[in-house]
Amino acid sequence: MIRSVPRSRWFDAIYLLYLVAFFVYLALPLIVTGVFAFNDAPFPSLPWKGFTLDWYLADGTGGRTGLFHDDGLLSALWVSVQIAFWVTLVSVSLGCVNAVLFERLNFRGKELLYLLMLLPLVIPGVILGVSILVFYSGMANDASRLWGIELDLFRPGMTLVVMGQVAFIATLSTLVIAARLRKFDRQLEEAALNLGATPLMAWFTVTLPWLMPSIFGAGAMAFLMSFENFNTTVMLTGSDTPLTVALFNRLREGSTPVLNAVALFLMVGSALLAMVAMRRSDRG
Amino acid sequence: MMKDSASRLSLWLLLTPFLLWILLLVLVPHLQMLRVSFQVRESWDTLVWGFDQYQNFFTESYYWRTFVRTGVMSLFTTFLTLIIAFPIAWYIARLARGRARGLLFLACLIPFWASELVRTYGWMILLRESGLISSWLQLLGLADAPVEMLYNDVAVIIGLVYNGLLFMVVPLVTTLDGMDENLVEAGYDLGGGHLTVMREVVVPWAMPGIVSGCIVVFMLTLGSYLTPILMGGKDSAWFTQQIFTQFITRFNWEQGAALGVLLLFLSSVIVWIGLRLSGQSLRKVMG
Repeated sequence: MIRSVPRSRWFDAIYLLYLVAFFVYLALPLIVTGVFAFNDAPFPSLPWKGFTLDWYLADGTGGRTGLFHDDGLLSALWVSVQIAFWVTLVSVSLGCVNAVLFERLNFRGKELLYLLMLLPLVIPGVILGVSILVFYSGMANDASRLWGIELDLFRPGMTLVVMGQVAFIATLSTLVIAARLRKFDRQLEEAALNLGATPLMAWFTVTLPWLMPSIFGAGAMAFLMSFENFNTTVMLTGSDTPLTVALFNRLREGSTPVLNAVALFLMVGSALLAMVAMRRSDRG
Repeated sequence: MMKDSASRLSLWLLLTPFLLWILLLVLVPHLQMLRVSFQVRESWDTLVWGFDQYQNFFTESYYWRTFVRTGVMSLFTTFLTLIIAFPIAWYIARLARGRARGLLFLACLIPFWASELVRTYGWMILLRESGLISSWLQLLGLADAPVEMLYNDVAVIIGLVYNGLLFMVVPLVTTLDGMDENLVEAGYDLGGGHLTVMREVVVPWAMPGIVSGCIVVFMLTLGSYLTPILMGGKDSAWFTQQIFTQFITRFNWEQGAALGVLLLFLSSVIVWIGLRLSGQSLRKVMG
């Protein structure tokens, strides 16, 4: 089973076969989705009718509307980008503060608060969405009924979606940044202090640069998780639907290769973002 | 004295954002959900306290049947994911060398550059009646007519396992990576067979990874919505679907909140039992 223990030929062959089957299982749905974004047929299935870029570029004149001319999908994409931007900003800032709080300070009740910090990881996403909807939207309803005050901010919409996603993404970014802070050699910071830096200066010139790779990593992760989230988002979204919800609604009407085009576009986008983030964290 | 108050100030400065987040986005909304689940609407503007929503859950068999089904299928999916992922994680952590190791690990991450919706869509293209596998079977002469492989429980489980794999492989690789091979060799030297070494040496060592993988996969599966609704058939209902129905189509928030509380209860109890049985703590497996 390990390299130093002899294995039979049969065992090796079966193991290899299993590995191959596993990676085919992983890759097949994604490859198929990507390939059918270029099939010249109105429905994503065999037979192959030839290569076309219509599902990206067609402007609606030939009965086909490609992704880049589909206003519904483009505006949903823009909504998703805005949401992901705010979620990333808030979660990464919270992550930095929480990392310092839990790695550097000692206070009473720290263990309990740390467990509370982990809590969002064991709450299903649907429930996070539902509870925020019940609390904030319910509050908006009550305020309107009892006092005639309109709290539109707390009606389903972009603000609530950002709040719902931050609820659990902040935990993940905290874990990523805290893991890096734990490896930091505190003598470096002390050296800066001995050389006359204020604690704030030492933080910005020594500690923060050390954390940078994990901040990039946490940021990329937060952006992707926000962009791809469906379960929490769908409970909280208002009239401005983000991309995953818009795609889901399209998919229920029936599948067209435009959906494949969007899917491939998203995959390439996430792959690029993930690669840039990995490069940056390797360098650190 | 001066220093003391300064450190107290910085503690509060750092503690405030944390408390705002955990109170306003997690704890208070969940308490409110719990409160609403015990409210009964008598008319459009009068609410009284009561257990009606929970009574509905137990008297209407559709609710609790789906509840039990979702729980059992999630446990089964988690177990299956563990069995499928373990040999892969073992290969990556212990048998592969150098570049192959890094590449295989990266290959495991690739599906997660696509969202759950995209992954489910990929499976739909493969499995449906007009899908690729059906076409391939016909080309090979293994079937004479289109075969429908979507809209049943097997399809749902294929999709759910696919969604969970990454979250199982990564913690397993991490724990197996730290294992001392001398332990395994010692196991063989002392006369253990493959199974004994596995049971007595490898599994106990990998336990934190196994538990953390299982918890995450179980949570994801129990709370998933897209995969069961898009790949499941008419009678493969998932509990999350009923929560959505109450909130989005029926506007019955009280009933929806009660169902939400029940789902949260189920997941907490099972996670707690899992931690107890394996002797792990949440901090150790998650933090």
